[in-house]
Amino acid sequence: MRIELERRPDVSKLFSILSPFIALGLTIFFGGIMFVLLGKDPVSALYSFFIEPLTEVWSLHELAIKAAPLILIAVGLSVCYRSNNWNIGAEGQFIMGAIAGSILPVVFHEWHSPLVLPLMMVLGMLGGALFAGIPAFLKAHLNTNEILTSLMLVYVAQLFLDWLVRGPWRNPGGMNFPETRTFDASAILPEMIASGRAHWGFGFAILAAILVWFMMRYTLKGFEITVLGQSERAGRFAGFSSRKMIWFSMLLSGALAGLAGIAEVSGAIQQLRPVISPGYGFTAIIVAFLGRLNPLGIVVAGLVLALTYLGGEAVQVSLQISDKPIRVFQGLLLFFVLSCDTLIHYKIRMMWYDLTKTTGEGAR
Amino acid sequence: MPVEGEPANSSLLTVGQLTKLFGTFAACDGINLDIRPGEIHALLGENGAGKSTLVKMLFGVLAPSSGEIVWQGQPVRIASPSAARKLGIGMVFQHFSLFEALTVAENIALSMDPGVSLSKIAKEASDLSHAYGLPLDPHAHVADLSVGERQRIEIVRALLQNPKLIILDEPTSVLTPQEADRLFETLNKLKAEGRSVLYISHRLEEVQRICDRATVLRHGKVTGACDPRKETPSSLARMMVGSDVAHVSAEGTSAKGAVKLEANHLSASARTPFAVSLKNICLKVHAGEVLAIAGVAGNGQGELFDALSGEYPVASDDVIRISDKPVGTRGINARRLMGAGFVPEERHGHAAVSALSLSDNLILARSQSDRRAFLGGGFLGLIRQDAVKMAAKRISAAMDVRKSGENPPAGSLSGGNLQKFIVGRELDRQPTVLVVNQPTWGVDAGAASRIRQALVDLAKSGSAVLVISQDLDEIFEVATEIAVISEGKLSDIYPASELSREKIGLLMGGMYGKTETAETTHAH
Repeated sequence: MRIELERRPDVSKLFSILSPFIALGLTIFFGGIMFVLLGKDPVSALYSFFIEPLTEVWSLHELAIKAAPLILIAVGLSVCYRSNNWNIGAEGQFIMGAIAGSILPVVFHEWHSPLVLPLMMVLGMLGGALFAGIPAFLKAHLNTNEILTSLMLVYVAQLFLDWLVRGPWRNPGGMNFPETRTFDASAILPEMIASGRAHWGFGFAILAAILVWFMMRYTLKGFEITVLGQSERAGRFAGFSSRKMIWFSMLLSGALAGLAGIAEVSGAIQQLRPVISPGYGFTAIIVAFLGRLNPLGIVVAGLVLALTYLGGEAVQVSLQISDKPIRVFQGLLLFFVLSCDTLIHYKIRMMWYDLTKTTGEGAR
Repeated sequence: MPVEGEPANSSLLTVGQLTKLFGTFAACDGINLDIRPGEIHALLGENGAGKSTLVKMLFGVLAPSSGEIVWQGQPVRIASPSAARKLGIGMVFQHFSLFEALTVAENIALSMDPGVSLSKIAKEASDLSHAYGLPLDPHAHVADLSVGERQRIEIVRALLQNPKLIILDEPTSVLTPQEADRLFETLNKLKAEGRSVLYISHRLEEVQRICDRATVLRHGKVTGACDPRKETPSSLARMMVGSDVAHVSAEGTSAKGAVKLEANHLSASARTPFAVSLKNICLKVHAGEVLAIAGVAGNGQGELFDALSGEYPVASDDVIRISDKPVGTRGINARRLMGAGFVPEERHGHAAVSALSLSDNLILARSQSDRRAFLGGGFLGLIRQDAVKMAAKRISAAMDVRKSGENPPAGSLSGGNLQKFIVGRELDRQPTVLVVNQPTWGVDAGAASRIRQALVDLAKSGSAVLVISQDLDEIFEVATEIAVISEGKLSDIYPASELSREKIGLLMGGMYGKTETAETTHAH
């Protein structure tokens, strides 16, 4: 016997739209089974995982805070991945953006001006973009693999941050804790609405998603990204340069990751610490693919993954279980989304061989 | 299932009502075919007629949806290529599956049962190849061999299994006329030994020359079974195409005008280890002229196209001129803006992106040359989809592109229809210079004659056309001037009327009219 995936002649529009919902339903179903096996009541567990975080205003704000960096980073990554440049190092670009943006409030902490905040954001984007420029340069001119270089640079950024906050940037009045001085009020990203903590990072994320969506959908630049991602040779025939595209996509995604970094630090943490990200740069890769590399899809996917973070924290408290179920949930969700998408484009066919007439050794 | 009233057991292979469905599309629809021992049986058909699908089922690459295959009187199911080889079916694919970095013997060993020593294989392969007039050095690296020699490896590899039936898929499409003659001798030898050959081709004269019987396919169905020697090329073509193929008329070509495309001592080094470097190429194409460049695949055609199109600009401006302006270092879009159009060889992933719609594929080639019509919004570069779609529709209508739906993805079109669109995309601009690489490679006869006529008409209207082609029939149909490329060097340019096929064959082998012995053309 052998199993074949056969391409469907035409793809159902209805199921293309339903697919993420089916995947979500399957995830909840199998997640419920997991809770039963853990000896917990599945209904109340699922309730505190998925519904409770959505019922209170303060937790909706937390959702926006967690979703903002995920969406910002994933939107940039979608441009990279669509153009066939595999930037895996957004986590590092996030950190370098945070560091570059923090120069003003940490080193020049006596300067207070309305210009501080916009300059911090610009510096954050520059920092992320320059750090992404390293793998871009290596790929465009020395033909190295950007997956490896961008990933390895993550650890460089993490250790650089660690050194900074323990050494030169340590808070002189901070009892020797490894952290910088807390930012002045003029360097803190304000809240979006008065009802809670969510800062303007979420606004940046939505704006970035809309702008990138518009670029991909309506402009020649977006067309260039799509063509070069599908076939470098066809792109060359169209007169597009794949080398310039490496620079463009890496710098853009680096800048957005850097903006996410400084927005997180300035809006949520308000100082630099040895660890400023629970892996946003890596989770954003999942977000980008869950959103099918479409910026508007990424907004939804970013909210869903932010919800799994919050829900995971909630069940830890209410059911006294470890943080592992969050990972399982994220894994289940990714698995079901990808398999639903596959089954929309392909159908499974079992090939049975008639043993009495088989002349060959059959399937390999 | 016996066919044509013959008892089944007198046939080597009988195929009854064989059907292969891809989704709802029947690539093969109730095919009946029988092959007798010791015959050369032709399988004729346009691209997309179902020939490849049929032989893939016979060789165990695809599983049939329904129908039966009877081998020497026994119904069989062929589950894999190795099962097919065990039965006694060998196959030589159109696209070779050889590792260039390995030697001939190593490549052959890969398809044999493990456990046979390499030296034994080398010995057997060498003996066999000489016995069949296909001399091969088993220790040569494949990368160093010509296309003809590579094909011999595939044939010897198939013969080592001692097959009763050998399937050859378009074997002469890559050979010089002399190399093809050798292949035919080998096929006749195989036939004399009582082996059968299933010969897939769309070259009618070859089929008439060597085949005993022919089965013709069209749209997945058998449309005729005949003795090709009793048919005329046009009656065979009619069975293949379903209607008379329009003859390309090159009458009334206008007088030569000014030089529109020129290469002056163009040299370019090879970009990859397996590419060919261009050596001192000089050519001139005048307005109203079709210059055809003949040559066996892999002799620098692609590299010449890349240099002329500007996909890979060259170091000096002066070596390439379009309308008398130096353009050597300029990119492809700068050359398009000077009125040049380009059609590369590979349709999928070079001339077109399969997953994108036809209108998107129109922007691919014309985003800069038609900037004013197709783009709006100033620096934003917004694509004006409605204008592009209108133009795509106009091109489809002008070139008779048959498609499913208004604006389908390029990958859903058959090769011929996509090629008509790709050529039409350039013609729509009325280019003053058109450079085309393999204009009808793998295209059905109907589309091919339409494309060739369009090229001739373009030249007649006063443009300069450069056609790079391996197909000699095509070259004689369209060309006013002919040159031959071999190992990156271009021969002199001759008026088409002064060249014979034999002369071109010699030039293809790198013989620039000095020692005209056929034998040396095989020495690579």
